[in-house]
Amino acid sequence: MVLRLNRNPGILSPILNNFVTLFFLFCNIKGLILQRKKLRNFREQEFMDKKIKQKIAFGFFRALSLLVVGILFWILGFIIYNGIGVISWEFLTTAPTDGMTAGGIFPAIVGTFCLIAGSIVFAFPVGLMSGIYISEYAGNGWIIKFIRIMTNNLGSIPSIVFGLFGMALFVNTFGFGDSIIAGSLTLGLLILPLIIRTTEEALKAIPGSYRTGSLALGASRLQTVTRVVLPVAFPNIMTGLILAVGRVSGETAPILFTVAAYFLPKLPSGIFDQVMALPYHLYVIATSGTDIEASRPIAYGTALVLIIIVLLMNLLATVLRRYFGKRVKIN
Amino acid sequence: MIETKNINFYYGNFHALKNISMQMETHTVTAFIGPSGCGKSTFLRLFNRMNDLIANTRLTGECLIDGKNIYEKSIQVDELRKKVGMVFQKPNPFPKSIFENVAYGLRVNGVSKQSFIARRVEESLRAAALWEEVKDKLKKSAFELSGGQQQRLCIARALAISPSILLMDEPASALDPISTSKIEELIYLLKKEYTIVIVTHNMQQAARISDKTGFFMLGELVEFNDTKKMFLNPEKEQTQNYITGRFG
Repeated sequence: MVLRLNRNPGILSPILNNFVTLFFLFCNIKGLILQRKKLRNFREQEFMDKKIKQKIAFGFFRALSLLVVGILFWILGFIIYNGIGVISWEFLTTAPTDGMTAGGIFPAIVGTFCLIAGSIVFAFPVGLMSGIYISEYAGNGWIIKFIRIMTNNLGSIPSIVFGLFGMALFVNTFGFGDSIIAGSLTLGLLILPLIIRTTEEALKAIPGSYRTGSLALGASRLQTVTRVVLPVAFPNIMTGLILAVGRVSGETAPILFTVAAYFLPKLPSGIFDQVMALPYHLYVIATSGTDIEASRPIAYGTALVLIIIVLLMNLLATVLRRYFGKRVKIN
Repeated sequence: MIETKNINFYYGNFHALKNISMQMETHTVTAFIGPSGCGKSTFLRLFNRMNDLIANTRLTGECLIDGKNIYEKSIQVDELRKKVGMVFQKPNPFPKSIFENVAYGLRVNGVSKQSFIARRVEESLRAAALWEEVKDKLKKSAFELSGGQQQRLCIARALAISPSILLMDEPASALDPISTSKIEELIYLLKKEYTIVIVTHNMQQAARISDKTGFFMLGELVEFNDTKKMFLNPEKEQTQNYITGRFG
């Protein structure tokens, strides 16, 4: 079970053991080297000591970073190993049946894509324009400091709070009901700070000489932004979008009360319909399904599909980024 | 003609330019020399209002171009900058093709006719003595050019929108001697059609290319005179000391 995975000490312990052994090994090596060193003269000693310390330190850092990658691969491998068996064309293209213990996850896949598209359509333009305003136009007055602090605060609000807020505002006050639009707007709010900040950072990284060069030719500030600054910054802004897509496709809490359906085998026909979504579906069949043991393989399959979607999105964004990067240079 | 009357300029509390009045004639090259931080670049940037971009600055006095005060409310800064082109210390081509770099000024000023743009790009590149070197690779990125070529591209870019005045802020200080001499030759040629104001750290350069020279120190215009007189027989002792290298 994916949720239990982090709590299981049995799986983590071999790696932790290795890690501890590795550390003692380093200490031993250092001890040996210290003994041998006494035979040499002082200056060389000092020099060697520095070099060895550095080697040990970087060896340690390398081991740590490899450990992180190792854990990532291990999680991936675990999910692929358990989930690959249920993946089939049918699994991807049919609705769940038999109380979600059989059938596929097609409605949840469609729902997740709807939510990705909806939240990006809302959050990307707003975030892009806010980022441009903050970085290029607003200067450094108190208003801008206030906006910046507030966007950062917005980014650190727990996602469940966004879910409740979305329910209060979009579902109830605006009367959208549990719907794609309510869920998309809620997710959009959640990723807005991320998009604003990456846009701002991407623009800040562009050298000021481009701007002065453009302004000195009689271009307005808006022309300078749209024709010189933005094309150069665009690949990095795309990175922000990639992160946002990853976040949207995996979030469960914000969609809990705003859009996600427990079980809805038909596809949405408009933006005011409810949908199923992959992360919520995973949560449901892992914790509150009709028969948790029977739907376990489907849970792994769902997790695998979710991960693959995120990876594919990243790949697509990287390709786009490369393309834009090239175009910017030549044109 | 450029004329300033009692210009005072402040960065916050720092009094950067003190009571400067001078006149620059049409179709001449005027050079500003002086030690670093003396205010010569600040003074240069007044003429196309680039100092407007710096927060917390203040200006008093008048700056007239062809008899009009360019700091009056009715003046459109975009229009002013079309008339007063600028070349910066470090070559700063845009990350676009060579052609698009030169066409940029035309495009942002509303020119959309392709044939006109193409003709103007060629004229500007010829005027900047760069055409022969780049005519076969106009579509290539401007970053493929050498530093000296990039600077001439920036000059062509400034010329494309037909300014009457060209401001140059140490245009050769980042370049090698050969590129520098090319830029200097170019300035000599451009003088026929443009009024050129150049800031330079290099006194030989000022002596070689300018008709008149202004010597700045600590925000004051110490001496403003014909270049020949300035370098052979300056009126002020401070000028003499600076030129002969006794300080600075």
